[in-house]
Amino acid sequence: MDQFSGQGVRCVRGLRAVFAGVSFALAGGGALILRGPNGSGKSSLLRLMAGLGRPDAGSVQWNGSAIGEDPEAHAARTAYLGHSDAVKPTLSIAANIRLWCRLRGGTDAMADAALAKVGLQQRAALPARLLSAGQRKRLALARTIAAPAALWLLDEPVTALDSDGIAALLAAIARHRASGGMVVVSAHGEIALPDAATLDLAAFAAELEPA
Amino acid sequence: MNGFAALVRRELALSLAQASDSAIVVLFFVIAAVLFPFGIGPEPNILARIAPGIVLATALLAALLSFDRLFNADYEDGSLDLLMLLPMPPSAVVLAKCLAHWLTTGLPLLIAAPLVAAMLRLDGAAYGVLMLAMALATPTISLIGALGAAIMVGARRGGVLLPLIVLPLTVPVLIFAAAAVDAASGGLSARPHLMLLAALLLFAAVLTPVAASAALRQAME
Repeated sequence: MDQFSGQGVRCVRGLRAVFAGVSFALAGGGALILRGPNGSGKSSLLRLMAGLGRPDAGSVQWNGSAIGEDPEAHAARTAYLGHSDAVKPTLSIAANIRLWCRLRGGTDAMADAALAKVGLQQRAALPARLLSAGQRKRLALARTIAAPAALWLLDEPVTALDSDGIAALLAAIARHRASGGMVVVSAHGEIALPDAATLDLAAFAAELEPA
Repeated sequence: MNGFAALVRRELALSLAQASDSAIVVLFFVIAAVLFPFGIGPEPNILARIAPGIVLATALLAALLSFDRLFNADYEDGSLDLLMLLPMPPSAVVLAKCLAHWLTTGLPLLIAAPLVAAMLRLDGAAYGVLMLAMALATPTISLIGALGAAIMVGARRGGVLLPLIVLPLTVPVLIFAAAAVDAASGGLSARPHLMLLAALLLFAAVLTPVAASAALRQAME
């Protein structure tokens, strides 16, 4: 079974160490919720998990080997949803999701199925600039989950979503986990993921070390 | 390789949705070149003499207008993170962007070049070489511009700084492209200049994607 883990991860932003000594382990079907106050490094940790940047100390590993050793393989199994929704306002909703889905080796059918999951299929032909903030988030979510990936990294996925949107998100995560996928979610509010481990980054806040 | 083709298609779809960006570049090219006859006077001999340099230099300046958004648009809306996380090397991402940039900017400039050259009374024998020189120079400019754009990602006032980085690097392209057209209109062989232009293109095609992807990775951290 696949194993995604981190040992003693430290992150430095600018000259400030955001967190240090963070360790986690996830197996297939597992879920991890990142908590912590603003600025505690939830997004930074998710970026390190995705392979955008390297940890200052420690390592993030997939099945025991550091993800930096084969970035393309890690990229192929990872779906990352960041703060920004990366929606192109000039393209149609369908084009927005299909272009990314193809880039990640998916098909148009997968893209349309993902749109249906978040309830945007009726608006697929509209330009994305007409979407509200919550709908853009739904579109970004659909894009993230459209092509198959073993590891989902979702940064504040419930922000701006209504209760239907959150229900669709939780259902998608449940299906993903049932088929052996892993998910890491950062959240401020409640997010109902059964059997999820929680990592509170406030406990790992690092002191600035003298250079 | 499928991913590469899909990425080029994405870039083309985005450019097509904002076709005015490409149109502005070509219009700038034409208008900037038109300024010279107004400034210098309609003396055909003088215009024909300086036409190669004007066509190449104004095409270069026009192309500069398009690099500001090359990576910054994707950086600002978060797409660049996702592009760096595609299951392909970042240098392939850069190369795909350069190819799409050339198709939407370099190629229209190439097509407009004989029109501008005719306006400047370029010698009739030089048009073939002009097209060849533009065909070799425009992709090189796309590649060098992409490097500058990658270095400027996220920088304040990047759009103003970009020409300062890109222009000096493109001087060799300008020299050999203009020299090739000059040679052809003077009845000399343009071959050595075109060979050097081709060498510059190959050099840029190998080096700039690697350098640009390193710059992008730096910007992501």
